[in-house]
Amino acid sequence: MKHLLTVTDLDAATATALLDTSDRLRQALLGREVRKLPTLRGRTVITMFYEDSTRTRVSFEIAGKWMSADTVNVSAKGSSVSKGESLRDTSLTLSAMGADCVIVRHPASGAAHRLAGWADKDQAATGTHTSIVNAGDGTHEHPTQALLDAATLRDRLGSVAGRRIGIVGDVLHSRVARSNVFLLATLGAEVVLIAPPTLLPVGAAQWPCRVSHDIDAELPGLDAIMMLRVQAERMTGGFFPSSREYAVSYGLSEARAAMLPEHGVVLHPGPMVRGMEIAPSVADSARAAILAQVRNGVHVRMAVLYHLLAGAPE
Amino acid sequence: MSDLFIRNARPYGDDAVDLVVSGGVITEIGTGLTAPDGVETIDAEGRVLLPGLVDLHVHLREPGGEESETIATGSRAAALGGFTAVFAMPNTSPVADTDVVTSHVRRRGAEVGLVDVHPVGAVTVGLKGERLAELGTMASASGVRMFSDDGHCVNDPLVMRRALEYASALDVVIAQHAEDHRLTQGAQANEGVVASRLGLAGWPATAEETIVARDCALAREAGARLHVCHVSSARTVDVLRSAKAAGVKVSAEVTPHHLLLTDAALTSYDPVNKVNPPLRTAADTQAMRAALAEGVIDVVATDHAPHASQYKDTEWQVAKPGMLGLQTALSVVVHTMVEPGLLDWHGVARVMSERPAEIAGLPDQGRPIAVGEPANLTLVDGDEPWTVRGATLASLASNTPYEGMRLPAVVTATVLRGRVTARDGRIVEPVAT
Repeated sequence: MKHLLTVTDLDAATATALLDTSDRLRQALLGREVRKLPTLRGRTVITMFYEDSTRTRVSFEIAGKWMSADTVNVSAKGSSVSKGESLRDTSLTLSAMGADCVIVRHPASGAAHRLAGWADKDQAATGTHTSIVNAGDGTHEHPTQALLDAATLRDRLGSVAGRRIGIVGDVLHSRVARSNVFLLATLGAEVVLIAPPTLLPVGAAQWPCRVSHDIDAELPGLDAIMMLRVQAERMTGGFFPSSREYAVSYGLSEARAAMLPEHGVVLHPGPMVRGMEIAPSVADSARAAILAQVRNGVHVRMAVLYHLLAGAPE
Repeated sequence: MSDLFIRNARPYGDDAVDLVVSGGVITEIGTGLTAPDGVETIDAEGRVLLPGLVDLHVHLREPGGEESETIATGSRAAALGGFTAVFAMPNTSPVADTDVVTSHVRRRGAEVGLVDVHPVGAVTVGLKGERLAELGTMASASGVRMFSDDGHCVNDPLVMRRALEYASALDVVIAQHAEDHRLTQGAQANEGVVASRLGLAGWPATAEETIVARDCALAREAGARLHVCHVSSARTVDVLRSAKAAGVKVSAEVTPHHLLLTDAALTSYDPVNKVNPPLRTAADTQAMRAALAEGVIDVVATDHAPHASQYKDTEWQVAKPGMLGLQTALSVVVHTMVEPGLLDWHGVARVMSERPAEIAGLPDQGRPIAVGEPANLTLVDGDEPWTVRGATLASLASNTPYEGMRLPAVVTATVLRGRVTARDGRIVEPVAT
C-alpha cells in the first residue's frame, strides 16, 4: 500500500488485514501505563487540514504519537495557503521537508488523488517518497472513517459479511456514505441507503447497494443503522422542505430505534445534530456505538500508518 | 506570390489530379499538368485534398489571457491543424463586446497572417446576460457574423428572445452555450454514476436540453438563425431533429472531444479532462457520431480552450474547464467518423469546412475544389498515425486530453489563398510585404 486515497484501493483481504492490525494494536496498548509503541520512531507525519475538524485531525495526531512518529499539524489558516499558495506547491514543500506521510483533508473532491500524483512524480524525480492519506476530500471519500466503522461493526456484530447496514440521510454530500457503501460491500455486507430522492446522487442506484425512501420499513431488517449528519452548511438548494419534516421523516427517534432488532447497532460519524437526525436518548443508549467509533478511530489510523510506513506486518 | 502547383492530390479522396493556383485562385485542374516555371510545388503523393478547414469555435485568449494563448500562437496551431479560418470567442479581457475589441482581434489575425481570424462578438455587455451589446455596430464596422456569450448561457429567456429578434435584421447568427445555470450550480462533471462515485457535483444533460428546446421555440417565433454550441447530450439531438423538421433555422456543432472521450476518464481527477459541457457517457458519444453523420449536428467545432498549467495542474474543482483542439481535431474526426465508415472525405469536408463557412456566412471559405475558387486547401495523409504530445503542440498551453494517444491522419500542408501556411508539421511564416 503506497497511499490511502479511496476504499476501492482496498480489496477484502487488505481491508481485513488493516482491521486485524487495528485489533492487535488495541490489545498491545491495553492496560499499558505508557501508551507508546516505538514502531514509527523517526518518521515524520504531517496533517494538512483545509477544513475545520476536531475528531479526525486529533485522532490522526494521537495515532502518530502513540507510534512515536513526529507529527506536525498544518492548517490552511495561518499558513502559506492564506497567502495564495497552490495546493501543489504546498504539498511539494512538505515533501521536500521530508514528510514520510501527509494526511490531507480538503474541500475539493479528488484533492488527495492530486497530491498522490504530484508526490509520485516528485518521487520519480528526487527519490523521496511521501505517502498520502485521504482524511476526507470534498464529497468523495473518507476512507479511515469507513475502516473505523467496519471495526466497530465487527466488534459489536462479530462480523461484517452477511450483515445488513442502513445508511440514513444526506448521502448526496456525504464522503462518509461513499466510503462506507463501497468498503462494506467489499467486506460482504448488504447496504441500504435510506434518504429522500433529493439527497441521493443521480447514479447511486448503480452503486453496490439498495436504495429506499422508507426508514420504517427498513428498520426491523437492519443489523446496524448509520445516521449521517445533515450538513446544514451545504443545504443551498432546498433539498427538503424543513428540518422539522426531515426529523419526522428520517430522524432516528426513540420509537424508531425500538423497531431495530435487539442486537441492532446505532452508528453516527459525528458531529451529531441532536434532535434533528438522532434523538438524544438514542445517541446515549446502549445500542449506540458512537464513542466506540471514536476509540476505534485511533487504532484504525495507527494501523493505516503502520501499513503505509512500516509495511504490512506478517 | 500566391502561386502554387500541387501534383498528384486526391480531392475529397477521389481520383488524383494536379492543380495550378495563381493569384490565390485555382486556375487549372487536370492530370499530367506541368508546373509553371519557378512556382512552389507540392508533391502530394496521392494524399487527400480538402477545402481548408473552418472552426466556428476557438478561444485565442488575446487580449487578456496571453499566458495561455495569443492570436499568434493560436494561429500557428490552426494552420498546423489544417484550418484556414477560425472564429475567436469573445470571452477575453476586455470582453469582445464592442467594435474596439472585435476589430483589434481581426486586425491582429490579419497581421499574423496564418489563418483568417474572425471575431465572434458578445451577445450581451460583459457576457453578463443582461443588456444587448452593440451587435449592429460590430456587424457593420468589423464584419462580425456570429455572436455568442460562450462560456456563459444567455439564460434570461427575454434577453435571448430580444437577441434573436434583433439579430434577424442583421442576418447574423446567435451561437448559444446551452446551459441552464440554475441546474448546473457548482457542477463539476456529467451527472451520473461516475460523478456520483467521485463526489463531483453533477452537470445534468437536462440543463442543455431544456435551453436548446427553449431557444428553438424562440428562434422559430423570431424567424432568426440559432446556432447551438458544443452539443453534448443524446437527447439534445432529438430536440434538434424535431426543430429542424419543423423548419427552425437552427444549426449545431459538436466538439472532437465529445465524439471520442467519456466521463470514464475522470477517475484520475486530472483536470485536463475537465471541460464545459462535461465529457458524458459512451452512449452520448455514439449519439454525437450518429447525429453528425445524419446531419442533425451540422459541424465539428473544436472549442479549442488553452489554459496555462497554473489553471490546470490544480485540484479538480478550481481548475478551469477547456482543452486544446486545433491540432487534433481532424485526427479525432478521422478516428471517430471516417474509420468506422460514418463519413467519407466528402463528409469530412462538409462538417469541417463547407457547413461551418455557410453557417458563418463566409463567401471565400468552404468552397468546392474547382477552377475559379479560392485556393484555401488542406492536404491530409489519412493513414499516417502520430502520437499526441502536448509539449510539442504550437499552442502556448499544453492541456490536451489526448496526451500519449496514437491517432490517425496527419496534416501535411495548409494553403491560405494560395499561400502555404504550414507544411510537413512546420509553420511557413508570411513574407513581409
